[in-house]
Order: sequence, then structure tokens, then C-alpha cells
Amino acid sequence: MTRYILNRLGQSLVLLVLVSMIGFAVLNLAPGGPLSQFALTPGMTQADLDRISAQMGLDRPLIVQYADWFWRLLRGDWGRSFRDSRPVLDVISGHFGATLLLMGTATVISVTIGTWVGIKGATKRYSIFDYAATVGAMVALSIPTFWFGLVAIYIFSLKLGWLPAGNMYTIGNGSFLDYAVHLIMPAMVLALVDVAVWSRYMRTATLDVINQDFVRTARAKGMTPRRVLMKHVVGNALLPMITLAGLQVPTLLGGALVTETVFTWPGMGRLFLDSLGYQDYPVVMGLLMFSAILVLLSNLAADLLTAFVDPRIRLT
Amino acid sequence: MSVSSTPGAISVKSAWWNSRTFRRFVRHRLAALGVVMVIILTLACIIGPYLLPYNDLYIDLRARFSPPLTGYHFLGTDPLGRDLAARLLMAGRISMLVGFAAMVLSTLIGATIGVVAGYYGGRIGTVLMRFVDAVLSFPSIFLLLALAAFIKPSPIMITVIIAITSWMEVARIVEAEVRSLRERDFIMAARMLGLSNRWIMFRELLPNAMGPIIVAATLTVARAILLEAYVSFLGYGIQPPLPSWGNMLNGAQQYLQSAPWLAIIPGVAITLAVTSFNFIGDGLRDALDARSDLN
Repeated sequence: MTRYILNRLGQSLVLLVLVSMIGFAVLNLAPGGPLSQFALTPGMTQADLDRISAQMGLDRPLIVQYADWFWRLLRGDWGRSFRDSRPVLDVISGHFGATLLLMGTATVISVTIGTWVGIKGATKRYSIFDYAATVGAMVALSIPTFWFGLVAIYIFSLKLGWLPAGNMYTIGNGSFLDYAVHLIMPAMVLALVDVAVWSRYMRTATLDVINQDFVRTARAKGMTPRRVLMKHVVGNALLPMITLAGLQVPTLLGGALVTETVFTWPGMGRLFLDSLGYQDYPVVMGLLMFSAILVLLSNLAADLLTAFVDPRIRLT
Repeated sequence: MSVSSTPGAISVKSAWWNSRTFRRFVRHRLAALGVVMVIILTLACIIGPYLLPYNDLYIDLRARFSPPLTGYHFLGTDPLGRDLAARLLMAGRISMLVGFAAMVLSTLIGATIGVVAGYYGGRIGTVLMRFVDAVLSFPSIFLLLALAAFIKPSPIMITVIIAITSWMEVARIVEAEVRSLRERDFIMAARMLGLSNRWIMFRELLPNAMGPIIVAATLTVARAILLEAYVSFLGYGIQPPLPSWGNMLNGAQQYLQSAPWLAIIPGVAITLAVTSFNFIGDGLRDALDARSDLN
């Protein structure tokens, strides 16, 4: 087990270095490089630009710049926002909670519905329910999240007037109920794609388990189908889902960005777009790296959790 | 994947419409539906604009915000009084073309990296596949938006950027496929014949991995259309006056109350197109995968 953990940690570190290289490359892709925002200032001369470039250390070889940037990344010194000069990490963590709340709620919704649909589809294979779930999942995967959000706002806010069209809470009313009412629609919209993915995978995983010998043995012992399902099938079918949960994080983050835009939810995605609009590149870069690191960590956590729950992985 | 189509293997000549693959594909009614929908959408986008009474760029301020079915404005008009149907079809040309071109480009990149990684394996393979993992660690919309904001957006650049952020799936599939094909006898034979590595990779291995590549490519078209819609919706993709399904939705949110058709209609078009390609991809996967008979 220790060996597995060390191995997996090593892999994550290698990936972190590769991810940081890609991030650094993107940073240098910005037109005119990191200097671009100063170049637009009126009255800026080439001499000024050179001086700033030297101050920022941009006259050094790329590899030195990269090493320096990576080291500061590790130390948590991610630079300052151009917009309000606050440290980038502070700005990001100020928005992270809202995104986490949105993603967490969406995950709970999609796991609950997706697991149920997947198991039901697998146990009643080729039934009308199964076909409907299959087609429904494929359509759900094809609907653009932001458009689904717009339609939801049109129906539930504008036509029916049941739910607020955006924001996280009503100003001056921070009650739990108020938060919950604001959360429902964006969380459901974000969960849509995830439900589809989750139910598909859960169906396949359940089918894999159902055809195995130990399930036949359990049935042969005279266990009721329901008990077989609950005791032997569901638990084993959920194992690969831990990995899936980790793998879904990038999709979920991307979906959160779009959902937050439509619902003016004050999270990381909203911050990302605002920062792009202000050409606030340190925050853009910070968010890019932050989300990649989040993905790395969640994949690592998912793998370690799987190894912890499933002895078959630990031993190999 | 069947290897029976490789030269040298015994193959019974039969008409393509009689093959098991084709019959299974047709049996997949959703895929057939997808094909029909894609054909209809494509024809509509190519021919449609010539049949409509309005040009997509003709501004008529007297006819602003006409709801659908006002006179000859079948789908209504936008805030500038431009005919929505004409814009929708012209946008379809752009969106589907970008989706298709991005698919070709990303499949080329992915297949090349995948075949090299799978064929050489060892250190080269590990480095390449770790690189794939690293790119996959970025949520693709974040990466796409950052790149689109840095680079001056034109339809070609948007296509390139979408391809850059969506080749990884193909690379993974091809790598896995090639890794399993590498040890087969026909590759051994090709090596013994002294064929060059490049010949083996691109003339022997890739053709045999074609099935999974086609499936992945079809699904990539769907993905690329969606991604284009996302970036254009957020204002970093195709720039007006050039219409795309995504940028038609760009200003729609503020008119949601007064002119909801502006938001609903382009979204239906996107969903139709993306669903069709997803249906086709899914049907192809069932048709080409011999294992699907067992399930």
C-alpha cells in the first residue's frame, strides 16, 4: 500500500511539472508576452518597457524565468491582480467557496439520480426505461449547458416566477432558505451533463458485476434479487465510480464556468471571465493553474480512495 | 477491431451494404436518424439561404424583434431586424464547418501522437502520454477561453484552438489500439520485410485502428460544435457580423423576457446538430465493436 501511494504521488508530481510547463507556455503566448498590459498605456516608451521588463525579470533566459515562476507557484506566491492589486491566491480563494458549493450540490444531485437510473437500466435491460434513459442521456450530453440555463431561467424565473434568475443570495437576506432557492436552478443545470455521464457508466459497471460468478453464487444460495443487488452488486459497481468522480472534475469545472456566467453566480468561472475581460492575466493564469491542480488532486484522491476501499488494487 | 481487412488475410468479397457492420449500423435507428438529421441540416445550410426572401445581413430597423411567423420572417427577427432564419442557416454553415474542420485537425494531431506513442512505447510513449494527461488536467473551456482571448480570433484560429484542446481523446484511443496491434503477426511480418517505421505506423497500424478513430472523430465533431458555441456565446469565438450559433446566443440573455425566440431557436439548432453527431458516433461504436454483440 505504501508503495502504491508513493508511486501514485510521484506520478502526480511529474504531472504537476508538465502542467506548469503548459501553463507557462500559455502565459508566454499572450500577445507581447506578460508585458502586453503596459504596452497599451499611452505615453509608454520603449525605454520604459525595457525597464519594466528588467524589473519583472523578463530579460532572463526562458528556462530561468520558468524555474523562478514554478518556484513561486509552489510557494503560493502567484503574483498580484492587475485589477485591484490583491494577491492572486486571495482573489481565487474568495471565489472558490461559491464554485465548490455549486459543484458539490450538482455532484450530489447527479450521483443520486445517475446511480439510480444506471442500476435500474442495467437490471431492467432493454426495457422502455432503459431505452429512454439511454436516449435521454445522449440528448442531455448534447444540450449546451448555457442554453439549458437560459431556457430554465425563461421557464422558471420569467414565466412561472418560482425561482430567482441569478446571483447567490438576495442582498439583505442571507438566510439558508434564500441561498437554497438561488442554488437550485444553477445546480440542476450543471448536474444535467453529469447525470447523463454518471448513469451511463453506472449502467455499464452494474452490468459488468451482474454477470460475475459471485453474483450467480449469491443467487444460487437463494438470496432475494433485491438483497443480491444491495449487498453484492451495488457496492462493487460503485468502485469504478470513485475514479469517474475524479475524472469528471474538469468537465464539472468547465460546466461551472458556463453555468456561473448565465446565473451570475460569484464563483471561479465568473471570476475567470471577468478577468479575461479586464485582461487581468495574473488572475487568468492563476485560475488556469488552480483548476489544473484541483483536477490533479481530485484524481489523486480518487485513486487513493479506490486503493483504500478495493484490496485488489493495493496488491498489484 | 477486425484484422480481416488487412492485405493477405482471407476475406470474402461482399457488397458493402451487405456487411455485418452496415446492417448493425442501420439497425441502430438512432444513428440512422442522426445521419438523416445531419443531411437535412447540411442541405438546409447550403441551399436554404438562397431560398429565403431575406439576406442574413439585411438590417430592417422597422422590423426589429418580430416574433416568429411574422410575414416572411419565419423565425422572427433579431434586435437589428435581421431575419433570424437566414442568420440561423448562415450561422450553421460557420458552426458546422468549424466543427468539422476542428475534428479533422484534432484527429490528425491525436492520431499522429497516439500512433507514435503506441508504436515506440518505452520512454517516448510514456513522455507523450504523460503530456496527454497533463493537457487533460486543464478544464478544456478554461484553456480554450484563455487561448482565444490571447490570440486574435478568426474562424481559422478558433478552429485551430478547438483542435488544440480536443485531440487528447483520439490520442489515447489510438495509443491503446496501436499498443495492442503492435505485437500482432502482421506487424512482425512488416518488420521482417524491412519496412520503415513510418510505413508500419501510417500504412499498417493506423488503417487497422481506423474503426475507433472514426468513432472518436464523429464524437469530436459534436464536441467541437459545442465548444465553438461556448466560446462564441461568451464573446471570444466567431466575431459578428459573421453569424455562428454560439454568437447568436451572445446577446440573447438580455432579451429573454421580451424576445425569447432569440435564445431558444439557435440553441435548438445546436442541440439538434450535436445530438445527431452523438447518435451517429454511438451507432458507429456499436457497429464497429465486435464485443457489443456479447452485451
